[in-house]
Amino acid sequence: MNPLATIVLLPLVAGTLLCFSFGRDNSAARRTLTAFAAGAVTLLALSLLLSLAPQVMAGQTLLAHTDWVPSLGLSIGWRLDGLALLFALLITGIGLLIVIYAHFYLGEADPAGKFYTLLMLFMAAMLGVVMSDNIMLLVVFWELTSVSSFLLVGYWGHRADARDGARMALAITGGGGLVMLAGFVLLGQIAGTYELSELLTRGDVIKADPMYPLMLVLVLVGCFTKSAQVPFHFWLPEAMAAPTPVSAYLHSATMVKAGVFLMARLYPALGGTGLFEGIVASFGLATMAFAAWVAIFRHDLKALLAYSTISHLGLITFLIGLNSPLSAVAAVFHVLNHATFKAALFMSAGIIDHETGTRDLRRLGGLLRLMPWTATFAMTAAASMAGIPLFNGFLSKEMFFHEAVEASMFWGAAVPVVAALGGVFSMAYSVRFVHDVFFNGPPKELPHAHPHDPPLGMLAPVALLAVLCVVVGVLPALTYGPLVQAAASAMLGTAPPAYHLAIWHGLNLPLLMSAIAVVAGIGLYVALLRPLSLHDYTPRGWSGKATFTCMVERLFAFAGRLTSRIENGSLQRSMALMVALTVLLAGAPFYMADSLPGAGTRALMPAPPLALALWALLLVSATVLVLTHHRRFQALVLTGVVGLVTALTFVALSAPDLALTQLSVEVVSTVILLMGLALLPQRSPLESGALRRGRDAVLALAAGGGIAGFAWLMLTRNHESISWFFLDKALSEGGGTNVVNVILVDFRGYDTFGEITVLGIAAVGVLALLDGFRTRRPAADEQGRSWQFEQQPLLLRFAARLVLPLALIVSAYIFWRGHNMPGGGFIAGLITAVALVLQYMALGQARAEMLLHGAAGRRFTRWIGSGLSIAGLTGIAAFLFGRPFLTSAHGHPHVPVLGDIPLASAAMFDLGVYITVVGATLLTLSVLGAASKEQHA
Amino acid sequence: MTVSMEFLVASGIGWVTACGVYLMLRGRSFPVVLGLTLIGYAVNVFIFTMGRLWSDAQPILGTGDVVADPLPQALVLTAIVIGFATTGFVIELALRSRAESGTDHVDGREPGA
Repeated sequence: MNPLATIVLLPLVAGTLLCFSFGRDNSAARRTLTAFAAGAVTLLALSLLLSLAPQVMAGQTLLAHTDWVPSLGLSIGWRLDGLALLFALLITGIGLLIVIYAHFYLGEADPAGKFYTLLMLFMAAMLGVVMSDNIMLLVVFWELTSVSSFLLVGYWGHRADARDGARMALAITGGGGLVMLAGFVLLGQIAGTYELSELLTRGDVIKADPMYPLMLVLVLVGCFTKSAQVPFHFWLPEAMAAPTPVSAYLHSATMVKAGVFLMARLYPALGGTGLFEGIVASFGLATMAFAAWVAIFRHDLKALLAYSTISHLGLITFLIGLNSPLSAVAAVFHVLNHATFKAALFMSAGIIDHETGTRDLRRLGGLLRLMPWTATFAMTAAASMAGIPLFNGFLSKEMFFHEAVEASMFWGAAVPVVAALGGVFSMAYSVRFVHDVFFNGPPKELPHAHPHDPPLGMLAPVALLAVLCVVVGVLPALTYGPLVQAAASAMLGTAPPAYHLAIWHGLNLPLLMSAIAVVAGIGLYVALLRPLSLHDYTPRGWSGKATFTCMVERLFAFAGRLTSRIENGSLQRSMALMVALTVLLAGAPFYMADSLPGAGTRALMPAPPLALALWALLLVSATVLVLTHHRRFQALVLTGVVGLVTALTFVALSAPDLALTQLSVEVVSTVILLMGLALLPQRSPLESGALRRGRDAVLALAAGGGIAGFAWLMLTRNHESISWFFLDKALSEGGGTNVVNVILVDFRGYDTFGEITVLGIAAVGVLALLDGFRTRRPAADEQGRSWQFEQQPLLLRFAARLVLPLALIVSAYIFWRGHNMPGGGFIAGLITAVALVLQYMALGQARAEMLLHGAAGRRFTRWIGSGLSIAGLTGIAAFLFGRPFLTSAHGHPHVPVLGDIPLASAAMFDLGVYITVVGATLLTLSVLGAASKEQHA
Repeated sequence: MTVSMEFLVASGIGWVTACGVYLMLRGRSFPVVLGLTLIGYAVNVFIFTMGRLWSDAQPILGTGDVVADPLPQALVLTAIVIGFATTGFVIELALRSRAESGTDHVDGREPGA
């Protein structure tokens, strides 16, 4: 298997399945096993990546393609270049640390299986995003990160804040993903390909297209929502309700970087224009400064870190936006640095929360003495976050200042000023973090009174990252250097100009800005802390969260009003609306057409007098039916008349199969409707006003007129049909001369199989509706006609007895000849059903049921089941001969006495149809009979 | 002027449809069931006649030179049976609805109640 696909599939399949199956039991041993499985899978993916790393670092782009839906331009394509490698290493590397950390973080009551399964799913989704070569595949994984992050943020589903936070994160990032999908479709249309490897080379075509601005904005909405850029940033602080390992993983190192990743990924295709630079850089810079300012005032440890993350994402966004190759280097470098120190800080925050029971900066303090190791590592990472020299954050922040100064050439002095301000604020919140947690003691009323350093398993990941902050800070070129070079080259499409990752670049403006940021940041914090009493500050006024909540509520209110306006609970009204709409939709094309179509040129068939008489009968009975429908019994009889005319129409127009079917159905359905009527009022009240009747008449005439018009237009024209194929092949390939039957059981056997399944479902539905249902029925109708024989008349019983064997023979005959003459399983089934219905009438329900072992209809499900099985198995039997489902075979075996018998495997299938039809009919009838059995109760 | 079969069939279908729609728009369940049945007839014949009208041309091989279009017939044959099953289902649904709501009005409550 391809190693690229394996890297994604490892967590996606192996990881989720292992964690799910191990984690179903939450015992201590199982929890360890689950964590171990997750760790092993992650380690495996990481080592696989590392084994490919040398090739990628050497400048190769590894690709692997499998077609998916080629007609839609969809393929499953994987790509691993420098940029993807950098992110994939982050995802698996930090992922491994998180797996270890989380094992010690999660409590006894937290289901480990659920956590690790979701974590694996998320990891796979992220790897899929960064390693997809097809942008549609990328969207799939992109949405999967939204969904899995929703589940992870809502891990503690019993907490309202977790549910709200998860929902908001899903709404914003999932919604952004949808907008992005629209952008991607446009992008694919413009570029003529959905493959990144092609698309990235067509930047000129894409940027020259008139749709470029729209497409760019749509794609950027996706990126900005994911990477929490202003004004979509507010979901990230709310998502802090997640367990801390989730925050450390999703909300610092990986998911929020997906937006940044995508902007970097598509940079060759979309970037480099004034529009791109204008939007991306300005949103990035604004986010950077704004979020840093807000972070100072958060009292919740994780909220402070969340705003800090937003600020740093803004910084990276700004760098990607700038039209400068060196800023690309700075951007990817800062991605790595930020992930390193921020994951460490989030994990520290988790430790502090875990040990003290609170994340409130106003209550924490003086923990340096109580948790010296945690304090050391957290302060190291915080120093990196603030941009203090010797720590890795300093290096990329210097580069950021440098780029801001460079950008001032085009954008004016505002850019370095805002950048420096952002630096000041970053320093201020970093100082606050360190001071409020580890100094400024002693702690006030901690829920857990005696905090101490956590077990090694929680501390070690933090320690590793903190050490990395220092090592990279001192020796950048030897550590992250090659990876940054490879990633920046991949992002730009060419190697960046020569640069030098080092601490000391001489006395220059960026260094001065850094110095100002450090001094002014400390000054700002001191000023805020004491004279302005920072701890008493409560945020108020406008917030993104409040706006979002308000918008959601308004949306729901609007939907509610709209629904109640359209749908007031009356089905009668809905039905009228549906009919009206259908008439309008069907009529619209004629209304818009220039001229109305007239009758065609087909030679018409003269009507014999009998046809005229039947037509008149039809019109009269239908009209009388409508006029007197309140008298239900009479209405039912008239409906039967219409049915009979229908059957005669089939006879006259060369459809003997249909006529037979219609006739037998007519008998059974009249019986069933009569049985139903016995349990319903005998008259409909006259309750519709003239207005409603008039409205309904207009609708009815419009619908009927429309149908008549359509029919007339079609019938007067000749037609082309695919049926000539069936006529041609019925005998040679289907082995029958009755083409209708051959189509049913052979050519379109799959359809028929579906249809008898529907029949079975309808019958079972009837059983579900009325099983065990009892209703009282009056002994007689309103004219005093008894609904039931006191005793079944002798003549009827005699007739029934005589008819049954005859009818069975007839149906057997009809069944058998069906392949060549009118007949077949459907008709034979209905004839059998009619004969059995006669037994019900003649013998009474109880006796007939006893003879048939019907058990109030329930047993007939077995008939339906066997019928469907026979039909299905006949179809499956074709597999034995290596043919597709329902391929039929036929032959003419010679049988003594009877001679040559035309035999087709389709006959077996038809038998299934027959049994299903009989079963379904009897079930419907029997259930109805059973429901009204106890009329004298 | 001679009346053509085509005209009779088209107008017949249309009239039955109109009657069916009118009944379907009534407020009580039983007329609605009858209305559905009528529409079922009309729709079946409509689909059937999309194969055009043929006299003495059963789609059985060896009976004549011209045969009717068998495909709409096959489609309608199953449609008739399924239509019957639906009628059975709907009438029992009406019974159940009446037992649950105490009225046979389709809205589940007496008008004005």
